[in-house]
Amino acid sequence: MTPRRRRLFLVIGILAGVAIAGVLTLQAFRENVMFFFDPSQVAKGEAPAHERFRLGGMVEEGSVVRSPGSLQVQFTVTDFQQSVPVHYTGVLPDLFREGQGVVAHGRLGGDGVFTADEVLAKHDENYMPPEVSRSLKAVHPEGAPQG
Amino acid sequence: MDWTWFHRFGSPPHLYRIAGRLMPWFAWPTAILIALGLYGGLVLAPPDYQQGDGFRIIYVHAPSAWLSLMAYTTMALAAGAGLIWRMKVAHALAASCAPIGAWFTVAALGTGMLWGKPMWGTYWVWDPRLTSELVLLFLYLGYMGLRAAIEDPQRADRASAVLAIVGLVNVPIVHYSVEWWNSIHQAPSVMKFGKPTISWPMLTPLLIMFVGFTLLFAALVLVRVRGEILRRERQSRWVAEVVAS
Repeated sequence: MTPRRRRLFLVIGILAGVAIAGVLTLQAFRENVMFFFDPSQVAKGEAPAHERFRLGGMVEEGSVVRSPGSLQVQFTVTDFQQSVPVHYTGVLPDLFREGQGVVAHGRLGGDGVFTADEVLAKHDENYMPPEVSRSLKAVHPEGAPQG
Repeated sequence: MDWTWFHRFGSPPHLYRIAGRLMPWFAWPTAILIALGLYGGLVLAPPDYQQGDGFRIIYVHAPSAWLSLMAYTTMALAAGAGLIWRMKVAHALAASCAPIGAWFTVAALGTGMLWGKPMWGTYWVWDPRLTSELVLLFLYLGYMGLRAAIEDPQRADRASAVLAIVGLVNVPIVHYSVEWWNSIHQAPSVMKFGKPTISWPMLTPLLIMFVGFTLLFAALVLVRVRGEILRRERQSRWVAEVVAS
């Protein structure tokens, strides 16, 4: 074997070794890498019961209830299989609206209600001008355009 | 097969001359395309149905993020070629990519944070996409730091090349993080198989910006690689002749 080929195999070996190590590490830390749990995972009991975690999904259409005169808001987060009711007191981001993705950070109570102390909006990958969105909504009145 | 072109490419004075001759062919289209893309993106493109004008940061953010990964891949491939074929110019090329890629990474992170505050409600979260992009920045900084710390140029080349190759595993992690794990960052709208999920009047300037930024990267690398070659070959006669002329 020429020294050049030996070096070539060495480089390929380094890459393969690191790639395998990376895959194994990420596999082992799968739950920790997850930024949030969706309602189905919560229903299956995969989310930590007594610790803070993040709950992510869609805000269900028609589920947002604001209490007049305060920053209290209630809504339901759904992944169209399961849903979790959420209570939150505070300022909501601009993109928060029904039918949009959110990530709420807080605790799940024994009564199944998720009490959040932080709510972030999650944007989807669809970009379009307002006219296009309006005409899409006229065709699919249920809202969120699917790409 | 005749490999003389390949060995000629490996000769520092040859690459120095070629890079100098090629540079304007990248620089001018860069200036024109970025000017066109910015005008198209900031003035002509319609506002987004949800984000309003805030979405326009995509015209800098997405191309910067793409270049942050492209520059790293180029750097690691050049470093690998340098290791395997003991090509000095390949190491010079890898070293020229690092600071440029690092700045594109900073641009991607910075514009992303500015967009994240109004849209998500936070500048920063320890999300897989955001975290892996930050790791990418540290890989660039580590690569540059390692090169600067080792005095012997050959040993610096080899040690930093190994780091660059090891770090290459992070590139697919950055790109696929939004698909492999739940992430707050949206999935790609353009860099994926299938139809882009961004409307044409918005996409056209974005594609122009992608090409413009890529050419900008190429032009910057050509400038930097010339400087890198001069610095490495400063003892040689041809550099003395270039400087004298």
